[in-house]
Amino acid sequence: MNQAQSPQAAPERSSPASPLLALKGISKSFGAVEALKDVDFELRPGEVVGLVGDNGAGKSTLIKAIAGAQPADEGEAFFEGNRVTLTSPQAATRLGIATVYQDLALCENLDVVENLYLGQEIGNHIPGVHVLDEPAMEERTLELLDSLGVTTIRSVRTEVAQLSGGQRQAVAITRSLLGEPKVMLLDEPTAALGIVQTREILNLIERLKERGLGVVVISHNLANVFEVANRIVVLRLGRAVASLDADDTRREEVVGAITGAEFGDAGVNRTTEEQAL
Amino acid sequence: MSGVATGEAAPPPQAERAGSAVGEFLRRVGQGEFASLRVILGIAVIWTIFQLANDRFLTAVNLSNLVLQIAGVATISIGVVLVLLLGEIDLSVGAVSGLAASVMAVLSVQEGWSPELAIVAGLATGAAIGLFTGFMVTTFGIPSFVVTLAGLIGWQGVQLAVLGETGTINLPDNLITDLTGTFFDPGVGWAIAVAVIALYAASVLATRARRVRAGLEAGALAASVGKVAIVAAAIIAAVAILNEDRGVPLAAVIMIGLMAIFSFITERTRYGRHIYAVGGNAEAARRAGIRINRVRITVFMLATTLAAAGGILLASRLLAVNQSSGGSDLLLLAIAGPVIAGTSLFGGRGFVWSALLGALVIGSISNGIDLVGLESDIRFMITGGVLLLAVTIDALTRLRRQTTGAG
Repeated sequence: MNQAQSPQAAPERSSPASPLLALKGISKSFGAVEALKDVDFELRPGEVVGLVGDNGAGKSTLIKAIAGAQPADEGEAFFEGNRVTLTSPQAATRLGIATVYQDLALCENLDVVENLYLGQEIGNHIPGVHVLDEPAMEERTLELLDSLGVTTIRSVRTEVAQLSGGQRQAVAITRSLLGEPKVMLLDEPTAALGIVQTREILNLIERLKERGLGVVVISHNLANVFEVANRIVVLRLGRAVASLDADDTRREEVVGAITGAEFGDAGVNRTTEEQAL
Repeated sequence: MSGVATGEAAPPPQAERAGSAVGEFLRRVGQGEFASLRVILGIAVIWTIFQLANDRFLTAVNLSNLVLQIAGVATISIGVVLVLLLGEIDLSVGAVSGLAASVMAVLSVQEGWSPELAIVAGLATGAAIGLFTGFMVTTFGIPSFVVTLAGLIGWQGVQLAVLGETGTINLPDNLITDLTGTFFDPGVGWAIAVAVIALYAASVLATRARRVRAGLEAGALAASVGKVAIVAAAIIAAVAILNEDRGVPLAAVIMIGLMAIFSFITERTRYGRHIYAVGGNAEAARRAGIRINRVRITVFMLATTLAAAGGILLASRLLAVNQSSGGSDLLLLAIAGPVIAGTSLFGGRGFVWSALLGALVIGSISNGIDLVGLESDIRFMITGGVLLLAVTIDALTRLRRQTTGAG
């Protein structure tokens, strides 16, 4: 309980494994707007971190900085203990950081298999021509979906246009697993999903955790975050104001950290004072 | 919410399986799968009507003429399909076909080039124009509609300049006129038929065997055999009819050969998959690592090269190139054909064979109206009506697909 009450110290003590990903002193500005200010962040294997905060708190900016889509202005990044530079999406992907954005980036006119392997098709090279090996792709798609417990997609030859929102989210997550990443960043995976579909996606995130991936989930839905996350990191006005153990934290504390309301918390207070300056 | 088969009384137990299979079939037809089946039914209706109106319609001579009539425009339509799959349009394909044929004719007749070289120069003209279109579209982000509208006007002007004062160049008997003037002996025709059927059967059965080995759903063997049988029957009937007249025309072999090649490219290769992806969601394709501008430029080049090939076939059949080559309603028919046969104007949905099916619809109407002795006014009105009907059906099936997908 004490750890949860002093959020700034929580990451160092909450998990025994060494960090998969560690960010130190990350800052990012857009013109005069400071979107991220001196943010520290850690993620361990098999850990799900819920990234919460009000609109404009810097959640998406942090995700994009990790994904290399909008590199940070300042700060250091360490991946499995090694200093790395996350300056482009390709660099992040090469390290093993996969990102599923809210728009999912699926082609609605293509089926599940075609979307999964888009840009990384399996095939045979006849000189000058790359002929697709559909059975191989379909077989591996079925194996992968099965291993993730995605059972609601009746046929992997269904056009994505005909899938539900939850199924599409599952396809997008499954696709990013093809590169065998170690870190998965999920931007609002349950937004606009129904109850059953949300449940499926939360189960899927559990499976990712079981596979030993480090998962970062942005969500506005605190109930979902509490359900799936081991740790909750709260951003407010570009600062990481709290890192809370999900099991030992009450919902009100998280809400307090998000809104900046007084809870007698040192970290929160300090930030509030600095805002006043 | 699919609305099919749910409102009906429950069928008796033993009929359930068959009933659901039929329901599934109807549902898929309703959602626009088997679009080609609908078009083939449409062609059957058109043929029946014209046969009743004039019993010379379904004769070997007339059907053989029909094949020669559609070869040029169907070839142009192959390129149109590729561009439509990208979600783009090329309004210059008519003008390009005329210009390419003019370049070929001038080089061959006035400059004394060999027919082979002149044909290659015509095709190269088409490819160069496509490169230019693709460059303008990808570099400056100008909609292809505008770039190719400018091309439609501009290349027509170049064509007039290339043709010079006389405005008409007659083609002497050589390889160029042989393209549409050559008919194979019946034996050769049958040999081609057997080879094509064997190739198709081998491909279908090998694919099926591969899926069975991989433990994937492969469908009943009877379905694969039935598919091969239907295609084989169509090919045998076509060759039998053509042999009864002058034999299988070289132009038909060129047209079908190009369709087969581009069908293979779009359906079975990575490049083809990327064309569909760019047409479906260009941003997603880009993020998947596809070099979308390269796909766009090459597709525009293929489209204009195929337009050039179609223009050369048209010139070969006319035995001349003149100022109106590539003009008139050629462009609109080349675009209308694939759309009638189920290729979407909005990108990402369609298939290469729609070029042939659409050309058959339009060609049959045109041919039949001429045969019955009606004037162009009727022909245009009917063709327009068919186009409207086809896109209405397309829009309805798209709506239904969206409703089903919203679950």
